[in-house]
Amino acid sequence: MSQSRPRYKDILKRKKDWPIVNLSQNKKTFLDEVSQNVFTNLIQGDGRKTLHEELETTIYREKQRVINNPWRVDPKDDLTFWKRIQKKQLAIKKSKDKITIEKEILKEIIDRYCKEIVGSFNKSSYRFAKRITTFGFARLLNAARVKGFKSIFSRQLDLQDQIHVVGEPEQLRKLAKIGTIVLVPTHFSNLDSILIGWVIQFLGLPPFIYGAGLNLFNIKILAYFMNSLGAYKLDRRKKNPIYLETLKEYSKRALEWGCHSLFFPGGTRSRSGQIENSLKLGLLGTAIEAQRSLISDHGKQAKPIFIVPVVINYQFTLEAPSLINEHLKRTGRERYYRESDAFSNSKKITTFLMKFFTKKSDISVSIGRGLDVLGNYVNDQGQSLDQHGQVIDIKDYFLSNGKVNVDKQRENTYVQILSKKIIEEYYKNNRVYSSHLVAYTAFKMLERKNTKLDLYSILRLSEEDLTLDYEAFKKNFKKLRKVILELNEQDKVDVNDKFKNKADESIIYGLNNVGMYHAKRPLIKAKDQILILNASTLYYYHNRLEGYGLEKYI
Amino acid sequence: MALKNTYSATVGVIGTGNFGTALANLLAHKCKRVLLYARNEQKATQLIKTRKNGSHQIADNVEIITDISLLAEKCNVIFPIVPSINFREMMKKLSPYLKPYHVLIHGTKGFDFNEINNKNNALKESKNQIFTMSEVIRQESSVVRIGCIAGPNLSKEIALKMPAASVIASDFDEVIHLGQKYLKSDRFLVFGSNDLMSTELCGILKNIIAVGAGTIDGMKLGENAKSLFITRGMVEMVEIGKAMGGQVEPFLGLAGIGDLIATCSSNLSRNYNVGLRLATGEKLSEITHSMREVAEGIKTIDIIHEWSKNNPIRIPITETLYKIIHEEITVEEAHAYMMKFPFTSEIKFLN
Repeated sequence: MSQSRPRYKDILKRKKDWPIVNLSQNKKTFLDEVSQNVFTNLIQGDGRKTLHEELETTIYREKQRVINNPWRVDPKDDLTFWKRIQKKQLAIKKSKDKITIEKEILKEIIDRYCKEIVGSFNKSSYRFAKRITTFGFARLLNAARVKGFKSIFSRQLDLQDQIHVVGEPEQLRKLAKIGTIVLVPTHFSNLDSILIGWVIQFLGLPPFIYGAGLNLFNIKILAYFMNSLGAYKLDRRKKNPIYLETLKEYSKRALEWGCHSLFFPGGTRSRSGQIENSLKLGLLGTAIEAQRSLISDHGKQAKPIFIVPVVINYQFTLEAPSLINEHLKRTGRERYYRESDAFSNSKKITTFLMKFFTKKSDISVSIGRGLDVLGNYVNDQGQSLDQHGQVIDIKDYFLSNGKVNVDKQRENTYVQILSKKIIEEYYKNNRVYSSHLVAYTAFKMLERKNTKLDLYSILRLSEEDLTLDYEAFKKNFKKLRKVILELNEQDKVDVNDKFKNKADESIIYGLNNVGMYHAKRPLIKAKDQILILNASTLYYYHNRLEGYGLEKYI
Repeated sequence: MALKNTYSATVGVIGTGNFGTALANLLAHKCKRVLLYARNEQKATQLIKTRKNGSHQIADNVEIITDISLLAEKCNVIFPIVPSINFREMMKKLSPYLKPYHVLIHGTKGFDFNEINNKNNALKESKNQIFTMSEVIRQESSVVRIGCIAGPNLSKEIALKMPAASVIASDFDEVIHLGQKYLKSDRFLVFGSNDLMSTELCGILKNIIAVGAGTIDGMKLGENAKSLFITRGMVEMVEIGKAMGGQVEPFLGLAGIGDLIATCSSNLSRNYNVGLRLATGEKLSEITHSMREVAEGIKTIDIIHEWSKNNPIRIPITETLYKIIHEEITVEEAHAYMMKFPFTSEIKFLN
């Protein structure tokens, strides 16, 4: 590949200027602030539950969790801590000053949660991890693909050949100098965090902090990367308000400190393979709160917060078979399932990475246009624009009678507006490859052939019913492609360059790429027929194009 | 009892129709200053001179203005009360002066209809776009704090200071509170709802039924027939509302049943009057020509007729009214047809 590739310089040369370094050097001050704010918020309460009830249920549930669902990453003293707290709480009844002791307990719990959540960013291990992701991967890639092991020191190929950064990377770099960035990528695979980590450093941005599921810290290789890339920990087992409040305050405070952040707003990986169509509003809301808080503290000097949607376009997802099974079990209302995962240990990941680099499959990362916290586009100077391109002042969204005020209900509604806009941007920036379309066409044809069957019966069809006539397939493929190109012209979806090739070529390229790493290919061509070898993974890949109304055209 | 001019705020109203004027007067009762924007210079001069608009005596603290930028500059809360057909144009004019801190509470009970013709490309179907006024506000301006006011508010009764009530619906509690604060008085109750879109749909769809109820009275078919019609009309309203993405609850409240009862039984309702006159043999063109203000119901019937082409639900009442206003059948034929219509179960939407 001879096309000139941009090399991005670091936007902040001195590491001590990185907000994340500042945060990790002043960790204690930061955590004290977080803890104190959570404490104040919770003491004020929302009137639904008394502090007493809140503590009682939290302590009970936490003890249950420690006993019934312990993880390797849990602190060693988990049980002793909660036992001690419980004892303290039970003793309250006899005490005269109940309120003071309850507050003490609350503070203790918050402090503990703060310590659990906090990331352990480390400059030198960041440098090392960064080298692994770029240099290391690149060498591995060369070794595997070009000339065998010797070429491990060759510079012939690197990650950039495999990963295309498209969209608005230049604007992202500009905005990162003006304000604080919140990257909100789609989430399909556990590889996403590493990939985004690579993109961030590739674009010369200082490291981002991000919340990663605590379960990922169970796996040593991932834990190492994530710790060094500035991850803090989200524990999905803990759903009590004290924990959630602490988590949100952590994120909000970090944004106020100017730390660029990364949220996967879909929450977990998309199980169905479809692009996120509903987002978790909790963390997104912290961006809005932080923005309001900055404006109220600093007025015109307030740093803006920018939301940047990112779509990661894979033609395959390593975990597809297990994800889709989980999805089907959930929608099929099977009550119990066990999470088994292709990403469950370090060895599997290494094997996957080898596979990934030895076979060529394009990945593109689409960086969307920057948005303000209300979902308005911003220009390169970081100013918010209304739909007519007029500059608007973000501050005006938080004013009532000329003054900035705190209105939780208003901000909750703003999060919904923002979330809707992010989803719109996802659909717009989603890059269609022919592999997505072959999967979509094949699965929709299968559905049309079996109109009487529900999804589950279709997935259980026998081998002889899983064939399609190639010519009919090609006809439908072309028809749908025309519609997608039309949508592309209307700026409603993005397409890969190869997408416009001749139909036969495009189909072959698609078939070669759809689910190429799976033991069982979902779709192949045999003479004048298309054979479906794995209907559920095919269904998974087909879902990527749901939500565009394409079904009307087949 | 609320004291006169309790709040020092300056509040704006756009539109000098009957309801616009009534609302300006209601606001004037609670707010220090109300700016009433008139699009038409002549009308403004006349209002300033006479201080009267139809049956409304304009309150002293209502100021008539013709400069829309002044309205945006002086008022944080604005009530646009203009016919749906002029709404988008009005928004385009107002939008350059609006900021995200503005609160807009509209009182327009009609749709914005946008005909799109896509015949020449791959997306064959010509999908007509229908928007509610709150959507038009969002599309045309940077305002997000939007609400609507709906309910049985026959302007002439309000002018006579008779008691009435309304619903203010908005996604934002603060918008509801502002509306309540500025409007609630000992003769005007204000309820709140968080379901903006459904509440808008209530107000819009009830106009279809009001036209029909007029025809029933015009033919002198009696109270039983009218109850039958209103009840079936209500069911049809809900079915359409649900198919458009609304919820049932608001239809059962003031904005739905409340407004429906008022408009279907009163000579004061324009839409009802159109029906009444159609039944006595007048042509639609004659009726609309002689009316001072727009009857939204007629336009809504046409829009829902168009919409139903892509949405397979049964809307016998709207379809029949469509045929009447386009002179495909007479009112008598329509009556005979409706009495034979095979309605299945009475109410399905609650399940």
